[in-house]
Amino acid sequence: MADIRLSGWGWRHAGRSAHALRGVDLRIDTGERVLLLGASGAGKSTLLHALAGLTGPDGAISGHQEGTLLVDGRPADRGRGLVGLVSQDPDSQLVMARAGDDVAFGPENLGVDPARIWPRVAHALDAVGFPYGQRHSTSALSGGEKQRLVLAGALAMRPRLLLLDEPTANLDPEGAALVRGVLQRVSAGTGATLVLVEHRVAEVVDLVDRVVVLEPGGGVVADGTPAEVFARHGAELAERGVWVPGRDPEPSVAPAPGGVPVLAAEGVSARTPAELGVRGGGRRTVLEDVDLEVRSGTATALVGPNGSGKSTLLTLLAGLDRPHRGAVLPRGPLAGADRRPLSRWPARRLARHVGTVFQHAEDQFVTASVREELGFGPRRAGLPPARAEARVDELLQRLRLEHLADVHPYTLSGGEKRRLSVATALGSGPANAPHVLALDEPTFGQDTRTWSELVDLLAALRTGGSAVLMATHDPLLQGRFTDTRVRVGGADVHVGEGRRA
Amino acid sequence: MSASSGDTLTMDVPEDAGARHWLTRFNPAAKLLAALTLALGLVPAADPVTGAVVLAAAVALVPFSGADVRTLLVLGLPFLLMGGSTLMVNLLYGDQGAEGALGAAVRVLAIALPGLLTAVSSDPTDLSDGLVQRLKMPERPAMGVLAALRLVPLLAHQWRTITLARRARGLAAGGNPLRAVPLFFGRLFSLLVRSIRTGTLLATAMDARAFGAGPRTHARRSRWGRRDTLLLAAAPALLLCAYGLSYSTRTLVLLWTGTG
Repeated sequence: MADIRLSGWGWRHAGRSAHALRGVDLRIDTGERVLLLGASGAGKSTLLHALAGLTGPDGAISGHQEGTLLVDGRPADRGRGLVGLVSQDPDSQLVMARAGDDVAFGPENLGVDPARIWPRVAHALDAVGFPYGQRHSTSALSGGEKQRLVLAGALAMRPRLLLLDEPTANLDPEGAALVRGVLQRVSAGTGATLVLVEHRVAEVVDLVDRVVVLEPGGGVVADGTPAEVFARHGAELAERGVWVPGRDPEPSVAPAPGGVPVLAAEGVSARTPAELGVRGGGRRTVLEDVDLEVRSGTATALVGPNGSGKSTLLTLLAGLDRPHRGAVLPRGPLAGADRRPLSRWPARRLARHVGTVFQHAEDQFVTASVREELGFGPRRAGLPPARAEARVDELLQRLRLEHLADVHPYTLSGGEKRRLSVATALGSGPANAPHVLALDEPTFGQDTRTWSELVDLLAALRTGGSAVLMATHDPLLQGRFTDTRVRVGGADVHVGEGRRA
Repeated sequence: MSASSGDTLTMDVPEDAGARHWLTRFNPAAKLLAALTLALGLVPAADPVTGAVVLAAAVALVPFSGADVRTLLVLGLPFLLMGGSTLMVNLLYGDQGAEGALGAAVRVLAIALPGLLTAVSSDPTDLSDGLVQRLKMPERPAMGVLAALRLVPLLAHQWRTITLARRARGLAAGGNPLRAVPLFFGRLFSLLVRSIRTGTLLATAMDARAFGAGPRTHARRSRWGRRDTLLLAAAPALLLCAYGLSYSTRTLVLLWTGTG
């Protein structure tokens, strides 16, 4: 119902010297379903935002545009209600406190007659299979439910063009499958033109009938049906970090040496923190009486749906928080540093022996440059300045961050931030690597290059005798680099064998 | 309030707001106007009796607000502290003796409590609807505040994560207040960065849903009933009673006559 014409189109963000995209010639006809691909930084999200009319003179994103971009023969304009946009993070897309009000928000903004808004809301909620009533609180939803609500909010605007920016990236596999199912139904039902950006290509390839590959700072480098594009450009795309179906990275990791227990959770229970402003959301038990042993020289994956408590278990095992009941105790070599439960260790001692990598890398940056960030641990561990400096240089080189040594960590790209955050937790050298490294969704949103580098780093650590602990949804990580799989869910924990790498 | 939610601060109103939560049935705009009337009307009264009448009326309404005592106490704590310190300061340094000090303290509480009751007995969405549709407030700030309210629990969650992340990097005060101050500001900066990012994403999402693109319609109607008009009338009536009582008992002291 909506067609798109781009000719010689380019975009440069305000304050940047390089173009995010340039020389894009693209024609998408009414009802087509298109997947946009490209290495990270190829300007895929920028193109979606431009199509949504967010880059215009009064739009949210400022910068410089060249060439022409037309939707239905006119410049993109968000006020026409032509376009619906769904982005990654469901939390920052919901506006209202109640589900129905949130879906009504778009139609209200378009000036739809109030009498006709509520039938639209009911219809949109029905289309996405929203399981609750219109008065249900938007904060009391799972990630998958939130994202379905966001989609309903877009559908209620009756868009002729639906733009989806990694809509399932933040969801667990079950939630992601549900949202994809809804997308399949919706795109068949409305006949709307669909433009989709997604890292994990294999999961969405059935949703689209055309693939367009963009070049960072450039234009369209490949265009055709999924089969054509992947047959002709598959190897090249995989080389650049795109997740091409059937071309998953095959890291060659050394086998796990195994070893003695270093950590033991004994009768650990945990509750959610008291939350402000959520009715009936009092403290809920997420873990009940968990016993778990972690051995050196192994990789353990904590798996389970969002909200099952695997991140909570990870923070407890890393000694960052105190369990409601029970304790996490050091064993073997780790007990040599301190015999008390990990939660009672002073922070400085904990940081030397147990490293943690958070899901949002920014949360753990404490200095103003990449170099300082890498030197922080070694210096605090009491390494002489010359040796600390040498360690920093070695890490910079290994992580391909030399050219960024003096920039602020916040300004790095997603993949660079992830590599840096892992490096800061690696300790002050191979000789004193952490006994335990805990990582929360380490591969989340990464391209294949960063993915392989991460697995290499973690495998080297495991070979050196460290215990690697990961809370992860990533089936590939569980398949290629996991010795023990711990299923967390329903306050229960099941330990099973992972596939040997 | 059920026992299970005793751990939670509740700022939204239960859907089954019945007779027990009588105060929740008014239009929030009416409650806000009534509270403002009381606050402004009490400014001139420096004696304890006038303020006490209004305070007593407000306290009598507490059981009908639908808020549990704990929520009220936590939210009202700053005002209690303010009242207490007003009392102490006036008692020690004021020139109007114990009566003047008590008057000042009672006035602080009598001005604060109606506003607090308005806040705890109103659903934020209804309040924003009332402000925009009844009091003709501009749309953008009202919706902005509403959207920001949704982010408060998210912010609390991010604060906890940042605190854990600092411990992971070996940064914790360990009971040393001198180290705690710079660490606190470091965490605050991280939170600021995160919240700016979240806020920007939310603003983009709102724009993508055509917010601010033209005149809006309102899916929910902010209803104004007879009871709301009566509430508006009740506020000056209560003030009249309060001033009448203090005048007839010869306890009334006005701000500008107090020093005489």
